Amino acid sequence: MIGVGKIKQYTNVLVKPLNKGKQEVSLSAFSFLFSELVQYNQTQVDNITELERRLEDAGYAVGARVLELLCHREKMAMLPHVLKDAVADSLEKGTEHEDEYMISEKELLVNRFISIPKDKGTFNCGAFVAGIVRGVLDSAGFPAVVSAHFVPVEGQQRPRTTILIKFAEEVIFKKCIVGVSFFSSNILRNLPVILSFV
Amino acid sequence: MAPVAPRSGDAIFASVERVNSELFTLTYGAIVRQLLTDLEEVDEVNKQLDQMGYNIGVRLVDEFLAKSNVSRCVDFKETTEVIAKVGFKMFLGVTASVTNWDADGTSCSLILEDNPLVDFVELPDTCQGLYYCNIISGVIRGALEMVSMKTEVSWIRDMLRGDDVFELQVKLIKQVPEEYPYKDDE
Repeated sequence: MIGVGKIKQYTNVLVKPLNKGKQEVSLSAFSFLFSELVQYNQTQVDNITELERRLEDAGYAVGARVLELLCHREKMAMLPHVLKDAVADSLEKGTEHEDEYMISEKELLVNRFISIPKDKGTFNCGAFVAGIVRGVLDSAGFPAVVSAHFVPVEGQQRPRTTILIKFAEEVIFKKCIVGVSFFSSNILRNLPVILSFV
Repeated sequence: MAPVAPRSGDAIFASVERVNSELFTLTYGAIVRQLLTDLEEVDEVNKQLDQMGYNIGVRLVDEFLAKSNVSRCVDFKETTEVIAKVGFKMFLGVTASVTNWDADGTSCSLILEDNPLVDFVELPDTCQGLYYCNIISGVIRGALEMVSMKTEVSWIRDMLRGDDVFELQVKLIKQVPEEYPYKDDE
C-alpha cells in the first residue's frame, strides 16, 4: 500500500463541545486585531460613511453569531457571570420617540485605543458595535436601525459613545398587539450585557 | 546579573486587561470573511492575513517587551521558548511548545494545541487552501524582525485541515546586526 497517505480525521465543528467555559484573551490582542480591521477597511473605501457601513457589516456578522451562541447555551440570564466585564452604563428609552432606545458607554471598548484624525470628522469605530447590536436584534426578529454617535461630556476630554437603536415600525406594531413582548424586553434588558461582551 | 527571563506568561496574563475570547474569535472570523468576499482568491487572503499579522507584530513587540520583563535572549532557542511560553500566553492566553529542532539550531516548530482563533470554525470546500490562522505567523515574523531576526514562518500542520495540532515552523534566516542611528564621534 505504498503511496497511500494518512487519512486525516476531520472533526465536524458541530460535534465539538460548544462551551469551554469563560476563556479570555488579552485586551491588546483584541485591540490590535480591531485596529487591523479598521485599517484594512479604510483601504477599501473613499469616504467615512462607507467605512462605517463596512464596519457595521462586520459587526452584524458577529452579532448574529453572538445571539446564536447565547441561545444555544440558554444562558441569557447567567451571562453576567460568564462575562464579568463591566456592564454598559445604561440602557435608556428615548424620550422623544417611542421606538428609540439608547445605550451609553463612557468608553466603548473598541474606542479605547482609537483616536480619530481631524479629517475623519464624525467617524466612530463604534459602528462595529452598532453592527453587533443590529445583528443580535435582527436575528432575534426585531429589525432596527442602529448607529453609534459621539456625545460630548462636560468636563471630559473624550466624548462618550451612544448607540442609538431605532426599531422598525413593524416591531412597534407588534408590541402594541401583544402588549410588551416578553422576548423583546428580555432581549433589550440583556443588551447591556451583550454589549459588555464588546 | 541580568534578571532571569520569566518562563511563563501566567502572571502577566493575569495582570493585563482581558476580553471574552469569543468576541475575539468572532471578530477574527468577520475579518476573514470580509477578506474572502473582497479578494476572492484564497491565496490573496493568505497574503493579506500575513500582512495584517506582520503589522500587528511590529507594534506588538513593543508592548511585549514593556510588560514581560524579558531580558535579552542569548540564542534563538531561548527566543522561541519565550515566544511559546510568554508571548502566546500574554496575548492569547494559551501556551505553545517548541520541538523539532534542526541540527544547527536555526529552525524549530511551535506546537499549538489550543487556539482561540479557530473556535466554531470549519473550512468549507471552497477554502481548502486557506491558512486560516495565517495572521499568527505574520505576527511572529513581524515581532522578530523588530528584534533583529529575519525569519520565515510557515504552517506545517493545521487542525482545520484535519491535523491533530497546529504546527508552525519558524526558520531563522539571519540575524541582522543592530545599526545605531548615530555615529560614535558625534
